[in-house]
Amino acid sequence: MTAIVDHLVILPIVVPMLAGVILTLINERHAATKLAINISATLLLLVVSLLLLWKFGAGDGSLTEVYRLGNWPVPVAITLVGDRLSAVMVALVSFLALGCISYAAARWHRGGSHFNTLFQLLLMGLNGAFLTGDLFNLFVFFEVMLAASYGLLLHGSGNARVRAGLHYIAFNLAASSLFLLGVSLVYAVTGTLNMADIAARLPTVPAESRSLLEAGLALLGIAFLGKAAMWPIGFWLPTAYAAASPPAAALFAIMSKVGVYVLLRLSVLLGAYGAEGFGHEWLLYGGMATIVFGTVGILSSQDLPRMVGFGVLVSSGTLLAMLSYGDPAVTASAVYYLVISTLTIACLFLLSELLERGRAPEADILAVTLEAFGDEQEVEREQEVGITIPATMATLGISFALCAMLLAGMPPLSGFLAKFMMMAAVIGSDTGAGVGASTWVLVALLIVSGFATMLGLLRTGINRFWVPSAGDVPLVRVVEIGPIALFLGLCVALLVLAAPAMAYMENMAEGLYALSAG
Amino acid sequence: MELVISLSIGVLAGSGIWLLLRPRSFQVIIGLSLISYAVNLFIFSTGRLKSDAAPILETGRDIATYADPVPQALVLTAIVIGFAMTALFLVVLLASRGLTGTDHVDGRER
Repeated sequence: MTAIVDHLVILPIVVPMLAGVILTLINERHAATKLAINISATLLLLVVSLLLLWKFGAGDGSLTEVYRLGNWPVPVAITLVGDRLSAVMVALVSFLALGCISYAAARWHRGGSHFNTLFQLLLMGLNGAFLTGDLFNLFVFFEVMLAASYGLLLHGSGNARVRAGLHYIAFNLAASSLFLLGVSLVYAVTGTLNMADIAARLPTVPAESRSLLEAGLALLGIAFLGKAAMWPIGFWLPTAYAAASPPAAALFAIMSKVGVYVLLRLSVLLGAYGAEGFGHEWLLYGGMATIVFGTVGILSSQDLPRMVGFGVLVSSGTLLAMLSYGDPAVTASAVYYLVISTLTIACLFLLSELLERGRAPEADILAVTLEAFGDEQEVEREQEVGITIPATMATLGISFALCAMLLAGMPPLSGFLAKFMMMAAVIGSDTGAGVGASTWVLVALLIVSGFATMLGLLRTGINRFWVPSAGDVPLVRVVEIGPIALFLGLCVALLVLAAPAMAYMENMAEGLYALSAG
Repeated sequence: MELVISLSIGVLAGSGIWLLLRPRSFQVIIGLSLISYAVNLFIFSTGRLKSDAAPILETGRDIATYADPVPQALVLTAIVIGFAMTALFLVVLLASRGLTGTDHVDGRER
């Protein structure tokens, strides 16, 4: 048992990798078997990630475990690093994955080949990116994640997906080149790729190499900002996410957060670098521009998936602006917001398809056919497709309203709590010389973006729910409404347990910044 | 040697960026390939340029005469990943050509 606890940090990578390999070997004809393997691997991952949460929950939050791959001595080994932040992110990934695979079990897992394999490989890439302590290893996990996401984006095929995929792949390949350039520049100056080692060597970098190092870090930053979809380099996101199949889009909700996560790690590392707040203005103003762009996008988009895509931009922008403060209290509430907004956005992506299902173009044709041929078969059909939940529309409507309140940050749900804590933290952060003008602008933007999100979602809700029903209630399976209940339940749980959750996050953030100072 | 390397990186990257901004999907993929060649050469050069220096350790030789093996390992990984990604992009490109009947990156002629 102790042996397993010692190797806990690598399990979130090994479990999906093994599952992915096994799934590759099984023929597509055995769809049920593949699905079963996928679900069991995801459940196992959930158990592992809860163990990680529990393990790093002990102590005061500064517990960091370095796992040396192959047990090589420290400067040579490629390391994995587990701490509270990575434990939180891995747990978020596994909850999200469980919901998505449950949703896909209804029908999407048959929508094309290798869905299950790509799903597990995406989880491997995500977990690897959250756990690695090595800059080049991070690149490799990024590529694993991206390669799987290219496949998942194209899952289900069709014109819109292929076109969005083409743009998405071209953009990410170019961003990966920037990533590589940045990594190699950092290596050229510091002579190491280990993140902790880089932080240790930063103060000793000679003055003539500093500009080279800063260029490298800036290139890395651009690559991650592109992933997090900051304003001038984030136009690809709404189109790509709106085109993806719903379970894939819901899982992609965390991919833009990977960029934010790595930027958080890098900015903590750079705490050791003499220059006060390297690139922080970029994060602040870029984040604010992203919020504005996302808000305008939400108000202007007609269909729900696209609107949620712009919601991702607002959430990314908010997080980027929060990172720029480099303050433990702000970071703690930002991570809390990250968890809530990721779950809500995933939920909305799933809901959007269920709502569209009632209005599918085939529905009209079906209605005409039924009029002509009678509707005796209708009852049987429903039995075949699945268990219809009574008052389906009411359930969907309530879930939609809850999601809208969470995303917009309306009281009484945890979205409000997250936004309120972030505002309180940014106003409280610069006590020295009063609250700066940019902070007030940021607070105003947060309120306005919340209001616009509410407005946009309200409009969609009215169009979907308050129309005279044509009689065809969308057929929704329990496994499809289950993940929505799971995500909303998690958000409510985070509201009820807000005090312990925030204590966990605050200790985590203090541990992070203490690490860079010490 | 420094001049040749920097010139080739510059020419490759420049042509790559120009092609990347072109409207035809084939031009884009060639542009991305050229950029990845430029990046690979760049990574290679971060180990400092040396001739006649092996990255393999032998007993009794001065450590200063070795080439840095890490960038070579990195460049190898980058080549493999870049190759796989180019192949994948090529498939998507062909799918797009087949579905839309045009090789414009937006799937329709302007």
